[in-house]
Amino acid sequence: MLIKSKSGSELTQADVTPKDLYLNRRRFLQGLGIAGAAAVAGERLYSAFAPEIVQAGTKLTTVKTAYTVDEKISSMNDVTHYNNFYEFGADKGDPAKNAQKFRTSPWTVSVEGEIKTPRKFSMDEIVKLAPLEERIYRHRCVERWSIVVPWIGYSLSTILKLVEPTPKAKYVAFQSFFDHNEMPDAKYTGLDYPYVEGLRLDEAMHPLTLLSVVAYAVTKTNQDGAPVRMVIPWKYGYKSIKSIVKIKLQGSEPPTTWNRQAPTEYGFYSNVNPNVDHPRWSQATERRLGDIFMRKTLMFNGYADQVASLYAGMDLKKFH
Amino acid sequence: MRKSLSSKWAKVVVFALSTWPLLFIIWRTVRGELTANPVEFYQHQTGDWTLRFLVFALCITPFRKILGLPELIRFRRMLGLFAFFYVCLHFLTYLGPDQSFSFSGMLQDVAKRPFITVGFAAFVLLIPLAITSTAGWIRRLGGKRWQMLHRAIYVAAVLGVVHYYWLVKSDIRKPAFYGVVVGILLAWRIWSWTAKKKEPATATVRQAHPARSA
Repeated sequence: MLIKSKSGSELTQADVTPKDLYLNRRRFLQGLGIAGAAAVAGERLYSAFAPEIVQAGTKLTTVKTAYTVDEKISSMNDVTHYNNFYEFGADKGDPAKNAQKFRTSPWTVSVEGEIKTPRKFSMDEIVKLAPLEERIYRHRCVERWSIVVPWIGYSLSTILKLVEPTPKAKYVAFQSFFDHNEMPDAKYTGLDYPYVEGLRLDEAMHPLTLLSVVAYAVTKTNQDGAPVRMVIPWKYGYKSIKSIVKIKLQGSEPPTTWNRQAPTEYGFYSNVNPNVDHPRWSQATERRLGDIFMRKTLMFNGYADQVASLYAGMDLKKFH
Repeated sequence: MRKSLSSKWAKVVVFALSTWPLLFIIWRTVRGELTANPVEFYQHQTGDWTLRFLVFALCITPFRKILGLPELIRFRRMLGLFAFFYVCLHFLTYLGPDQSFSFSGMLQDVAKRPFITVGFAAFVLLIPLAITSTAGWIRRLGGKRWQMLHRAIYVAAVLGVVHYYWLVKSDIRKPAFYGVVVGILLAWRIWSWTAKKKEPATATVRQAHPARSA
């Protein structure tokens, strides 16, 4: 029940969803045993049980943008059943099982710190703030697997410009939702919670830096960081923080969860870089989910043309 | 209990049970239930079962002594060879999908990554143990030397646990579990050796069956 259409428009999923995704979602639902009930009771009941689709009010129409790659999109079943979302357990299959009851509504994101107009945004406000774009991004995990995901959202800079950073703002700190009762498996995972991440302000203002509300046009994929998450495609996956409740602009470099856990292994920047290895394994290659053999990892995950200038003159090994 | 352990069928049963992980992996493959990352699924399954069979093999001697069931020795070679079988599969999932069957690439990786180095070392250590597991080799080497050689399994087991520990990012529960189990099994041996040094009578019994008491 994340994104409700307040208009009375009765658009069906098929009207707003590319057919292949729609069919893919159907198979996904059949896997959950939901579609059986839907078949009996018809589309209306189906909608009530199914993961909600972004309704196509004019402001929710997704548009393809320049910020998209022409690569084969990973299967939705893979992307929703192979997750690192440690709050719900450290095994890749845990989040798909344990995040189903996670309540993502109501939800507010507090934007605060060195800005002129601190304020809280409801999810309804967030999805209506700017036209939603569908961006197909490469996503590279530090563990050497990668996927290609159609995210829906808009540049984080849209929100940051709205709240007007003060001259003191140099960094953006993000914080995930955390609750012991809703996330009982988190205590075994060896990380400190709530999960925190951060970006330099210029990184955060970069148009590729995406605030995403949906993947695969399906809103109820809790395990992928619903209802709102970051996607920073040229950095290792753990920088793309999930289920955000707080965004704070500040003057100092914020702590980040994996860096605190193992400072030599996970730096603040965490840019995808085939030339700088993880201390325990090479980062020169990766396995795209669905492939058997490894492929070469690209500098900045293939986004070097857009983002390399952000790091001009920096020692990327030191600032890994 | 002792009678059934001595039965020829007991070995058949243990053999059948030991192939269960392989059948499970094949079953999942046939059904296409290999998770989003099939290579990782194969690597983790074969790695887990290697460690488990190493632990099973290391359990034989303490269980024989503690439970008073000397017949258990009949299964030790088989369990050790199954550990070797699963480590071979484990190695192939690394050499193939990860290294594209490039031996030079593999050797570079082995030299550079401690996590790979220890895993590879454990694998290499198990090769002579598998080769010399036959009765003929026990005769050729002599019981005492054979036993010395086969103590390499202690090192292999420890390296295997370290390999697993260096693989995980932050949830160390599973490698820690194997570490504790292997630690207990090795500590029991140290304890029993020191106890035996104080009791020369038992030492004589040991020497009478050198190949049967590592």
